[in-house]
Amino acid sequence: MNYIFYFLIIVSIIAGAANGKLDEVINGILSGAELSVKVAFSLIGIMAFWLGMMKIAEKCGLVEFISKIIKPITRILFNEIPENSPAIGDIAMSFSANALGLTNAATPIGIKAMEELQQHNKDKKSASNAMCMFLAMNTAGFQLIPATVIAVLVGIGYKNPTSIIAPTLLVTTIAFVSAIILAKIFQKIWKPQENGGDE
Amino acid sequence: MFHSVMNIISLWTLPVILIIILTMGLIKRVPIYEVFTDGAKEGFKVSVNIIPYLVAIIVAISMLRASGIIEFIGGICAPLFLKFNIPVDVTPIMIVRSLSGSAALGIFSDIAHSLGAENYATTLSAVMVGSSETTFYVLAVYFGAVGISKLRYAVLVGILADIIGIIAAITVCNAMFG
Repeated sequence: MNYIFYFLIIVSIIAGAANGKLDEVINGILSGAELSVKVAFSLIGIMAFWLGMMKIAEKCGLVEFISKIIKPITRILFNEIPENSPAIGDIAMSFSANALGLTNAATPIGIKAMEELQQHNKDKKSASNAMCMFLAMNTAGFQLIPATVIAVLVGIGYKNPTSIIAPTLLVTTIAFVSAIILAKIFQKIWKPQENGGDE
Repeated sequence: MFHSVMNIISLWTLPVILIIILTMGLIKRVPIYEVFTDGAKEGFKVSVNIIPYLVAIIVAISMLRASGIIEFIGGICAPLFLKFNIPVDVTPIMIVRSLSGSAALGIFSDIAHSLGAENYATTLSAVMVGSSETTFYVLAVYFGAVGISKLRYAVLVGILADIIGIIAAITVCNAMFG
Protein backbone atom coordinates (compact mmCIF):
# COMPACT_ATOMS: atom_id res chain seq x y z
CA MET A 1 0.00 0.00 0.00
CA ASN A 2 2.98 2.33 0.65
CA TYR A 3 4.04 2.13 -2.99
CA ILE A 4 0.51 2.50 -4.32
CA PHE A 5 -0.07 5.57 -2.19
CA TYR A 6 3.25 7.08 -3.28
CA PHE A 7 2.68 6.19 -6.92
CA LEU A 8 -0.85 7.65 -7.09
CA ILE A 9 0.17 11.00 -5.61
CA ILE A 10 3.49 11.45 -7.42
CA VAL A 11 2.01 10.45 -10.78
CA SER A 12 -0.88 12.88 -10.23
CA ILE A 13 1.51 15.76 -9.53
CA ILE A 14 3.78 15.02 -12.51
CA ALA A 15 0.88 14.40 -14.91
CA GLY A 16 -0.94 17.44 -13.57
CA ALA A 17 2.13 19.61 -14.17
CA ALA A 18 2.58 18.17 -17.68
CA ASN A 19 -1.07 18.81 -18.55
CA GLY A 20 -1.05 22.27 -17.01
CA LYS A 21 -3.65 21.10 -14.50
CA LEU A 22 -1.56 21.42 -11.34
CA ASP A 23 -4.06 23.79 -9.76
CA GLU A 24 -6.83 21.25 -10.30
CA VAL A 25 -4.71 18.54 -8.71
CA ILE A 26 -4.18 20.74 -5.67
CA ASN A 27 -7.91 21.39 -5.48
CA GLY A 28 -8.33 17.62 -5.71
CA ILE A 29 -6.69 17.29 -2.29
CA LEU A 30 -9.29 19.51 -0.69
CA SER A 31 -12.28 18.02 -2.48
CA GLY A 32 -11.02 14.49 -1.84
CA ALA A 33 -10.54 15.13 1.86
CA GLU A 34 -13.98 16.68 2.09
CA LEU A 35 -15.54 13.79 0.22
CA SER A 36 -13.89 11.21 2.53
CA VAL A 37 -15.44 12.75 5.61
CA LYS A 38 -18.76 13.11 3.81
CA VAL A 39 -18.67 9.41 2.90
CA ALA A 40 -17.72 8.39 6.44
CA PHE A 41 -20.41 10.54 8.03
CA SER A 42 -23.08 9.42 5.62
CA LEU A 43 -22.18 5.88 6.65
CA ILE A 44 -22.81 6.45 10.37
CA GLY A 45 -26.58 6.21 10.28
CA ILE A 46 -26.95 3.37 7.84
CA MET A 47 -24.05 1.55 9.49
CA ALA A 48 -25.78 1.80 12.87
CA PHE A 49 -29.06 0.61 11.35
CA TRP A 50 -27.64 -2.52 9.73
CA LEU A 51 -25.38 -3.40 12.63
CA GLY A 52 -28.48 -3.23 14.83
CA MET A 53 -30.46 -5.43 12.45
CA MET A 54 -27.55 -7.87 12.21
CA LYS A 55 -27.48 -8.18 15.98
CA ILE A 56 -31.14 -9.23 15.96
CA ALA A 57 -30.50 -11.65 13.11
CA GLU A 58 -27.66 -13.11 15.14
CA LYS A 59 -29.61 -13.44 18.38
CA CYS A 60 -32.55 -15.21 16.75
CA GLY A 61 -30.37 -17.75 14.98
CA LEU A 62 -30.88 -16.45 11.45
CA VAL A 63 -27.17 -15.85 10.82
CA GLU A 64 -26.34 -19.32 12.07
CA PHE A 65 -29.00 -20.80 9.80
CA ILE A 66 -27.61 -19.07 6.71
CA SER A 67 -24.04 -20.01 7.54
CA LYS A 68 -25.12 -23.66 7.83
CA ILE A 69 -26.59 -23.56 4.33
CA ILE A 70 -23.39 -22.31 2.73
CA LYS A 71 -21.05 -24.33 4.94
CA PRO A 72 -19.82 -26.61 2.11
CA ILE A 73 -18.55 -23.54 0.24
CA THR A 74 -17.11 -21.59 3.16
CA ARG A 75 -15.31 -24.70 4.42
CA ILE A 76 -13.25 -24.70 1.23
CA LEU A 77 -12.81 -20.94 0.87
CA PHE A 78 -12.10 -20.14 4.51
CA ASN A 79 -10.41 -23.32 5.69
CA GLU A 80 -8.35 -21.40 8.27
CA ILE A 81 -11.43 -20.13 10.10
CA PRO A 82 -13.15 -22.47 12.62
CA GLU A 83 -16.52 -23.64 11.31
CA ASN A 84 -18.47 -22.36 14.30
CA SER A 85 -16.93 -18.86 14.17
CA PRO A 86 -19.38 -15.98 13.87
CA ALA A 87 -17.18 -14.74 11.01
CA ILE A 88 -18.65 -17.40 8.70
CA GLY A 89 -22.19 -16.19 9.36
CA ASP A 90 -21.20 -12.56 8.78
CA ILE A 91 -19.42 -13.44 5.54
CA ALA A 92 -22.54 -15.26 4.38
CA MET A 93 -24.79 -12.32 5.27
CA SER A 94 -22.47 -9.80 3.63
CA PHE A 95 -22.32 -11.86 0.46
CA SER A 96 -26.11 -12.16 0.38
CA ALA A 97 -26.52 -8.41 0.85
CA ASN A 98 -24.09 -7.76 -2.01
CA ALA A 99 -25.77 -10.25 -4.31
CA LEU A 100 -29.17 -8.68 -3.64
CA GLY A 101 -27.76 -5.22 -4.40
CA LEU A 102 -28.21 -3.94 -0.84
CA THR A 103 -24.94 -1.99 -0.95
CA ASN A 104 -25.88 0.02 2.13
CA ALA A 105 -26.23 -3.14 4.15
CA ALA A 106 -23.28 -4.95 2.61
CA THR A 107 -20.63 -2.50 3.83
CA PRO A 108 -21.54 -2.53 7.56
CA ILE A 109 -21.99 -6.30 7.56
CA GLY A 110 -18.75 -6.76 5.62
CA ILE A 111 -16.86 -4.64 8.15
CA LYS A 112 -18.35 -6.72 10.94
CA ALA A 113 -17.10 -9.85 9.15
CA MET A 114 -13.64 -8.26 8.93
CA GLU A 115 -13.67 -7.64 12.69
CA GLU A 116 -14.48 -11.30 13.32
CA LEU A 117 -11.74 -12.37 10.90
CA GLN A 118 -9.29 -10.07 12.69
CA GLN A 119 -9.85 -12.08 15.89
CA HIS A 120 -8.50 -15.17 14.14
CA ASN A 121 -5.63 -13.22 12.62
CA LYS A 122 -2.19 -13.76 14.13
CA ASP A 123 -0.50 -10.61 12.84
CA LYS A 124 -2.96 -7.78 13.52
CA LYS A 125 -1.26 -5.40 11.07
CA SER A 126 -1.14 -7.81 8.15
CA ALA A 127 -4.04 -9.26 6.16
CA SER A 128 -4.76 -12.96 6.76
CA ASN A 129 -5.51 -15.39 3.94
CA ALA A 130 -9.16 -15.45 4.97
CA MET A 131 -9.34 -11.64 4.78
CA CYS A 132 -7.77 -11.59 1.33
CA MET A 133 -10.28 -14.21 0.18
CA PHE A 134 -13.17 -12.22 1.62
CA LEU A 135 -11.89 -9.03 -0.06
CA ALA A 136 -11.42 -10.88 -3.34
CA MET A 137 -15.08 -11.90 -3.20
CA ASN A 138 -16.08 -8.32 -2.43
CA THR A 139 -13.97 -6.44 -4.96
CA ALA A 140 -15.27 -8.67 -7.74
CA GLY A 141 -18.67 -7.13 -6.97
CA PHE A 142 -20.99 -10.07 -7.44
CA GLN A 143 -24.53 -8.77 -7.91
CA LEU A 144 -27.67 -10.42 -9.25
CA ILE A 145 -29.40 -7.30 -10.57
CA PRO A 146 -27.47 -4.09 -11.40
CA ALA A 147 -30.30 -1.80 -10.31
CA THR A 148 -28.55 1.58 -10.67
CA VAL A 149 -27.37 0.88 -14.21
CA ILE A 150 -30.82 -0.33 -15.23
CA ALA A 151 -32.31 2.85 -13.79
CA VAL A 152 -30.04 4.96 -16.03
CA LEU A 153 -30.95 2.85 -19.07
CA VAL A 154 -34.67 3.24 -18.31
CA GLY A 155 -34.05 6.99 -18.08
CA ILE A 156 -32.70 7.24 -21.64
CA GLY A 157 -35.42 5.00 -23.08
CA TYR A 158 -33.27 1.95 -23.71
CA LYS A 159 -35.47 -0.51 -25.58
CA ASN A 160 -35.06 -3.44 -23.20
CA PRO A 161 -33.12 -2.42 -20.07
CA THR A 162 -33.40 -5.81 -18.42
CA SER A 163 -31.58 -7.39 -21.38
CA ILE A 164 -28.30 -6.41 -19.76
CA ILE A 165 -28.99 -8.51 -16.67
CA ALA A 166 -27.88 -11.81 -18.23
CA PRO A 167 -24.58 -10.56 -19.71
CA THR A 168 -23.81 -8.58 -16.54
CA LEU A 169 -24.45 -11.63 -14.39
CA LEU A 170 -22.23 -13.74 -16.63
CA VAL A 171 -19.40 -11.19 -16.51
CA THR A 172 -19.64 -10.65 -12.76
CA THR A 173 -19.66 -14.42 -12.18
CA ILE A 174 -16.53 -14.84 -14.31
CA ALA A 175 -14.77 -12.05 -12.37
CA PHE A 176 -15.99 -13.45 -9.05
CA VAL A 177 -14.82 -17.00 -9.72
CA SER A 178 -11.45 -15.77 -11.08
CA ALA A 179 -10.96 -13.62 -7.98
CA ILE A 180 -11.53 -16.63 -5.73
CA ILE A 181 -9.17 -18.84 -7.76
CA LEU A 182 -6.52 -16.09 -7.84
CA ALA A 183 -6.80 -15.58 -4.09
CA LYS A 184 -6.36 -19.33 -3.55
CA ILE A 185 -3.28 -19.39 -5.81
CA PHE A 186 -1.66 -16.31 -4.27
CA GLN A 187 -2.28 -17.61 -0.78
CA LYS A 188 0.04 -20.52 -1.61
CA ILE A 189 2.85 -18.46 -3.17
CA TRP A 190 2.63 -15.20 -1.19
CA LYS A 191 3.32 -16.31 2.38
CA PRO A 192 3.10 -13.57 5.03
CA GLN A 193 6.55 -14.28 6.52
CA GLU A 194 8.48 -14.25 3.26
CA ASN A 195 6.73 -11.15 2.06
CA GLY A 196 8.45 -8.79 4.47
CA GLY A 197 7.40 -5.60 2.71
CA ASP A 198 3.82 -4.81 2.01
CA GLU A 199 1.45 -4.38 -0.84
CA MET B 1 -43.89 -8.39 -17.87
CA PHE B 2 -40.34 -9.46 -17.04
CA HIS B 3 -39.50 -5.83 -16.43
CA SER B 4 -42.28 -5.32 -13.90
CA VAL B 5 -41.39 -8.54 -12.10
CA MET B 6 -37.84 -7.21 -11.79
CA ASN B 7 -39.14 -3.94 -10.40
CA ILE B 8 -41.21 -5.73 -7.81
CA ILE B 9 -38.25 -7.85 -6.77
CA SER B 10 -35.91 -4.91 -6.33
CA LEU B 11 -38.58 -2.95 -4.45
CA TRP B 12 -39.43 -5.80 -2.08
CA THR B 13 -36.02 -7.33 -1.31
CA LEU B 14 -35.27 -4.99 1.55
CA PRO B 15 -38.70 -4.95 3.19
CA VAL B 16 -38.90 -8.77 3.07
CA ILE B 17 -35.50 -9.08 4.76
CA LEU B 18 -36.56 -6.66 7.51
CA ILE B 19 -39.84 -8.54 8.01
CA ILE B 20 -37.97 -11.86 8.30
CA ILE B 21 -35.37 -10.57 10.76
CA LEU B 22 -37.85 -8.77 13.03
CA THR B 23 -40.46 -11.55 12.98
CA MET B 24 -37.87 -14.24 13.69
CA GLY B 25 -36.60 -12.08 16.53
CA LEU B 26 -40.04 -11.81 18.12
CA ILE B 27 -40.76 -15.53 17.68
CA LYS B 28 -37.48 -16.40 19.38
CA ARG B 29 -38.35 -13.91 22.16
CA VAL B 30 -35.36 -11.66 21.43
CA PRO B 31 -35.80 -8.17 22.97
CA ILE B 32 -35.47 -6.70 19.46
CA TYR B 33 -35.47 -3.02 20.42
CA GLU B 34 -32.71 -3.38 23.00
CA VAL B 35 -30.65 -5.69 20.83
CA PHE B 36 -31.03 -3.34 17.86
CA THR B 37 -29.83 -0.26 19.74
CA ASP B 38 -27.03 -2.26 21.32
CA GLY B 39 -25.77 -3.35 17.89
CA ALA B 40 -26.28 0.10 16.39
CA LYS B 41 -23.91 1.67 18.94
CA GLU B 42 -20.98 0.34 16.94
CA GLY B 43 -22.00 2.33 13.86
CA PHE B 44 -20.43 5.61 14.90
CA LYS B 45 -17.15 4.09 16.03
CA VAL B 46 -16.67 2.09 12.86
CA SER B 47 -17.49 5.02 10.58
CA VAL B 48 -15.06 7.34 12.35
CA ASN B 49 -12.34 4.66 12.41
CA ILE B 50 -12.28 4.39 8.63
CA ILE B 51 -11.85 8.15 8.03
CA PRO B 52 -8.00 8.12 7.87
CA TYR B 53 -8.04 5.25 5.38
CA LEU B 54 -10.75 6.91 3.32
CA VAL B 55 -8.86 10.21 3.24
CA ALA B 56 -5.69 8.47 2.03
CA ILE B 57 -7.35 6.65 -0.84
CA ILE B 58 -10.00 9.19 -1.86
CA VAL B 59 -7.57 12.14 -1.88
CA ALA B 60 -5.01 10.18 -3.92
CA ILE B 61 -7.66 9.13 -6.45
CA SER B 62 -9.19 12.58 -6.57
CA MET B 63 -5.72 14.03 -7.38
CA LEU B 64 -5.18 11.38 -10.03
CA ARG B 65 -8.51 12.14 -11.71
CA ALA B 66 -7.80 15.88 -11.70
CA SER B 67 -4.35 15.38 -13.26
CA GLY B 68 -5.84 14.35 -16.61
CA ILE B 69 -3.73 11.20 -16.81
CA ILE B 70 -6.77 8.97 -17.18
CA GLU B 71 -7.77 10.75 -20.41
CA PHE B 72 -4.12 10.58 -21.50
CA ILE B 73 -3.91 6.79 -21.01
CA GLY B 74 -7.31 6.43 -22.65
CA GLY B 75 -6.02 8.35 -25.66
CA ILE B 76 -2.97 6.11 -26.00
CA CYS B 77 -5.01 2.92 -25.67
CA ALA B 78 -7.87 3.96 -27.94
CA PRO B 79 -6.35 2.83 -31.30
CA LEU B 80 -5.51 -0.55 -29.79
CA PHE B 81 -8.98 -0.91 -28.29
CA LEU B 82 -10.66 -0.07 -31.60
CA LYS B 83 -9.14 -3.25 -33.03
CA PHE B 84 -11.17 -5.21 -30.47
CA ASN B 85 -14.36 -3.31 -31.29
CA ILE B 86 -14.18 -1.25 -28.08
CA PRO B 87 -15.62 2.25 -28.61
CA VAL B 88 -13.31 5.14 -27.58
CA ASP B 89 -15.93 6.51 -25.18
CA VAL B 90 -15.79 3.37 -23.07
CA THR B 91 -12.02 3.55 -22.32
CA PRO B 92 -12.30 5.95 -19.33
CA ILE B 93 -14.78 3.59 -17.68
CA MET B 94 -12.33 0.71 -17.94
CA ILE B 95 -9.69 2.74 -16.10
CA VAL B 96 -11.95 4.47 -13.58
CA ARG B 97 -14.25 1.67 -12.49
CA SER B 98 -11.76 0.16 -10.00
CA LEU B 99 -10.97 3.59 -8.55
CA SER B 100 -14.24 5.42 -8.13
CA GLY B 101 -17.75 4.06 -8.32
CA SER B 102 -19.43 7.45 -8.58
CA ALA B 103 -17.04 8.52 -11.37
CA ALA B 104 -17.69 5.32 -13.33
CA LEU B 105 -21.44 5.79 -12.95
CA GLY B 106 -21.09 9.44 -13.98
CA ILE B 107 -19.18 8.59 -17.16
CA PHE B 108 -21.68 5.85 -17.94
CA SER B 109 -24.54 8.33 -17.51
CA ASP B 110 -22.78 10.73 -19.88
CA ILE B 111 -22.30 8.04 -22.51
CA ALA B 112 -25.89 6.87 -22.17
CA HIS B 113 -27.31 10.38 -22.52
CA SER B 114 -25.01 11.61 -25.28
CA LEU B 115 -24.81 8.51 -27.46
CA GLY B 116 -28.30 7.24 -26.77
CA ALA B 117 -30.05 3.94 -26.33
CA GLU B 118 -29.18 2.48 -29.72
CA ASN B 119 -25.42 2.80 -29.33
CA TYR B 120 -23.22 -0.22 -28.64
CA ALA B 121 -21.03 1.90 -26.32
CA THR B 122 -24.04 2.39 -24.04
CA THR B 123 -24.62 -1.34 -23.72
CA LEU B 124 -20.96 -2.19 -23.22
CA SER B 125 -20.45 0.46 -20.56
CA ALA B 126 -23.68 -0.60 -18.82
CA VAL B 127 -22.38 -4.15 -18.51
CA MET B 128 -18.95 -2.94 -17.39
CA VAL B 129 -20.32 -0.66 -14.69
CA GLY B 130 -23.00 -3.12 -13.58
CA SER B 131 -20.57 -5.97 -13.13
CA SER B 132 -17.94 -4.09 -11.14
CA GLU B 133 -17.26 -3.00 -7.60
CA THR B 134 -14.96 -0.12 -6.66
CA THR B 135 -11.94 -2.26 -5.74
CA PHE B 136 -9.83 0.45 -4.08
CA TYR B 137 -12.71 1.83 -2.02
CA VAL B 138 -13.62 -1.64 -0.75
CA LEU B 139 -9.99 -2.38 0.12
CA ALA B 140 -9.57 0.92 1.98
CA VAL B 141 -12.83 0.66 3.93
CA TYR B 142 -12.67 -3.02 4.89
CA PHE B 143 -9.00 -3.14 5.82
CA GLY B 144 -9.17 0.34 7.36
CA ALA B 145 -12.00 -0.68 9.67
CA VAL B 146 -9.78 -3.27 11.36
CA GLY B 147 -6.58 -1.22 11.14
CA ILE B 148 -4.69 -3.42 8.69
CA SER B 149 -2.05 -1.68 6.57
CA LYS B 150 -0.26 -4.67 5.03
CA LEU B 151 -2.71 -5.86 2.40
CA ARG B 152 -0.42 -8.56 0.94
CA TYR B 153 -1.82 -9.90 -2.33
CA ALA B 154 -5.33 -8.45 -1.89
CA VAL B 155 -4.65 -5.46 -4.19
CA LEU B 156 -3.15 -7.62 -6.93
CA VAL B 157 -6.05 -10.08 -6.84
CA GLY B 158 -8.54 -7.21 -6.96
CA ILE B 159 -6.89 -5.59 -9.98
CA LEU B 160 -6.42 -8.87 -11.86
CA ALA B 161 -10.07 -9.79 -11.27
CA ASP B 162 -11.08 -6.35 -12.57
CA ILE B 163 -9.03 -6.85 -15.74
CA ILE B 164 -10.58 -10.29 -16.24
CA GLY B 165 -13.99 -8.69 -15.73
CA ILE B 166 -13.27 -6.07 -18.40
CA ILE B 167 -12.12 -8.69 -20.90
CA ALA B 168 -15.18 -10.81 -20.08
CA ALA B 169 -17.49 -7.81 -20.55
CA ILE B 170 -15.99 -7.05 -23.98
CA THR B 171 -16.17 -10.68 -25.10
CA VAL B 172 -19.73 -11.25 -23.88
CA CYS B 173 -21.05 -7.95 -25.31
CA ASN B 174 -19.35 -8.57 -28.64
CA ALA B 175 -20.98 -11.98 -28.84
CA MET B 176 -24.44 -10.81 -27.75
CA PHE B 177 -24.81 -7.27 -29.07
CA GLY B 178 -21.80 -6.57 -31.29
